Amino acid sequence: MADLKINSLHKYYGSMHAVKGVDLEIPKGEFTVLVGQSGCGKSTLLRTIAGLEEIDEGSIEIDGEVVNDVAPKDRDIAMVFQNYALYPYMTVFDNIAFGLRARKTPKVEIEEKVAEASRMLSIDHLLERYPRQLSGGQLQRVAIGRAIVRQARIYLFDEPLSNLDAQLRDEMRGEIKRLHRELGKTMIYVTHDQIEAMTMADRIVLLRDGKIEQQGSPLDLYERPATKYVAGFLGSPSMNFIDGMVTENKVTINNSNHSLDIPEQIKNKLTSHANKAIIVGIRPEHFSRADIANHQQYSKLSVNIELVQPTGSRSYVTFRLGQNPAVAELRPQDLLGHNTTIELSVDMSRVIYIDPITEMTI
Amino acid sequence: MKTSHRKKIKLALRYIAVVALTILFLFPIYWLFMISFKTANEIYAYPPVWWPETLQLSNYRVLFEDGDAATVGNSLIVAGVSTIFAMILGTICAYSLARFKTGGEHLANWIISQRMIPPIAIVFPVFLLYVWFGMVDTYFGLILLYTAFNLPYVIWMMRGYIMDIPISLEQAALVDGYTRWQVVWKVVFPMCRAGLFATAIFTFVFAWNDFIFALVLTRTDVATYTVQVTHYFGGQSNFWGKISAMSVLGTLPIFFIVAFMQKYLVRGISLGAVKG
Ligand SMILES: Nc1ncnc2c1ncn2[C@@H]1O[C@H](COP(=O)(O)OP(=O)(O)O)[C@@H](O)[C@H]1O
Ligand SMILES: [Mg+2]
Repeated sequence: MADLKINSLHKYYGSMHAVKGVDLEIPKGEFTVLVGQSGCGKSTLLRTIAGLEEIDEGSIEIDGEVVNDVAPKDRDIAMVFQNYALYPYMTVFDNIAFGLRARKTPKVEIEEKVAEASRMLSIDHLLERYPRQLSGGQLQRVAIGRAIVRQARIYLFDEPLSNLDAQLRDEMRGEIKRLHRELGKTMIYVTHDQIEAMTMADRIVLLRDGKIEQQGSPLDLYERPATKYVAGFLGSPSMNFIDGMVTENKVTINNSNHSLDIPEQIKNKLTSHANKAIIVGIRPEHFSRADIANHQQYSKLSVNIELVQPTGSRSYVTFRLGQNPAVAELRPQDLLGHNTTIELSVDMSRVIYIDPITEMTI
Repeated sequence: MKTSHRKKIKLALRYIAVVALTILFLFPIYWLFMISFKTANEIYAYPPVWWPETLQLSNYRVLFEDGDAATVGNSLIVAGVSTIFAMILGTICAYSLARFKTGGEHLANWIISQRMIPPIAIVFPVFLLYVWFGMVDTYFGLILLYTAFNLPYVIWMMRGYIMDIPISLEQAALVDGYTRWQVVWKVVFPMCRAGLFATAIFTFVFAWNDFIFALVLTRTDVATYTVQVTHYFGGQSNFWGKISAMSVLGTLPIFFIVAFMQKYLVRGISLGAVKG
């Protein structure tokens, strides 16, 4: 049974159409990440689930019960807010206990539960402090503690890590995943950061302009994006999009003498696009040095390097394919010497093909 | 070395200026207190008596023996009760305006514009109305009027303070299982405590200082101290002793309130200033 079910949900702010018909089912116990660019309606969607925004059309069901007109306090949801939303005039203990007190929990039970939650988050030594005496990471833990101390049906997180610095963010990502494993609760997590989405999600729901662009497991979306937008959104550096033309067995790259060989298994997929424009999507990691990959699924290219950005373990190489700038991710040892021209192979089995008119993958 | 020297001089000049200003502002109050302790001869003496021979209390004794001092009690009752009413009602209205956008964007502006009505413009119509309802010279009448007159100010100020509270603090409480009323009590009040106190003090002081409403709407039963003082200005002579003693009695409550609430007052005012 679905824990949460959203049916053709619409939300307007005045004349601004923020959520444009979302259908979504989230099974019990799953960690779902809503991801998308800032302003695409992620928070709005999350807040309608919490009951903090009224909806204009559609319905929201929790455990089979339509909750459209149920007040937030009766939805049995816990939420972590982006700016922590801690009460400055209360100690950490009181902040965490705040939700339990609303439900008239006995004092002894409150103490036990706060102790347990704070131990899970390693903030048990901070309980007597006030929020102003804590660091950003500690504040975030308290905010999470406030949510998990309660037995809620669904836990919502609205960009909880966006105020933290990079290192702390990595650490907290793992921590939240661990909490999910230990608690086994349904969690919905909002972020604009595709790395957070990829690393944390059981399932990603990618939103664009108030609509779901695609949903599925992280690897599903990464390897089989339904649209050019999804392909470009996930992955860092992002996918290279190369304009070309389908000819018999090849894709010739516009404004260049480069071409890519189409592997046998793909050929019939592209017959309907013969002699038409196409966009080829190649991830940076699917380039390699020509002499390493010598197999029929690889297509060779000779390119002029414009820029090399070493990161230590990998080096990012920028060049042009026709008019399109492209980035390849290579091993540092592939770039010995100062050759400005380099032979690259493309793993054609991983390449995606996009119809330039519909921007859908083929 | 040289700069620190210059800094010291600057600081010294600043202190001198502060002391001079303080004396300037405190002098009338000092004079008021001194007159209230003087005998009639000392009051009219030339050159003036800076410090009376004995701090005699006869001026005060007369006020208490004649029952005039009760008017200070009347002031306390009407100002205090109307402040409580205005704060409770006004804060609820302000919350509604700030969070539910009640009445659209401009209702708040209209409400504050009500505060700009000069009291003299409405006091006589109100008087006629009160005569009709038999509310002249009653506590209820004055309290009602002060509450109504202060409400726009309270609403305006509290709306500003409430809008400054991050809305997620309230939403977190709603999700955590609290009702709206509980949210107002447990989140909004503590979050704008300084603003509440500052606004309440100004509201109280307005009612406390009011003269025109009290003059027209009271007779003897609930006359406030501001009205009572005017009775000591006679056709032939002014009773300076009584005037000053009564004025001191009227000053003391405000003095204590401000002294005790100074912390909130300063913070509340500066909060409002940031908002603009
Ligand atoms: N309270 C509001 N009033 C008017 N417009 C809003 C409000 N909240 C959000 N919006 C608009 O709705 C759109 C979606 O906002 P939001 O859900 O916050 O996006 P996200 O969380 O994905 O960044 C944005 O264009 C935003 O400007
Ligand atoms: Mg958001």
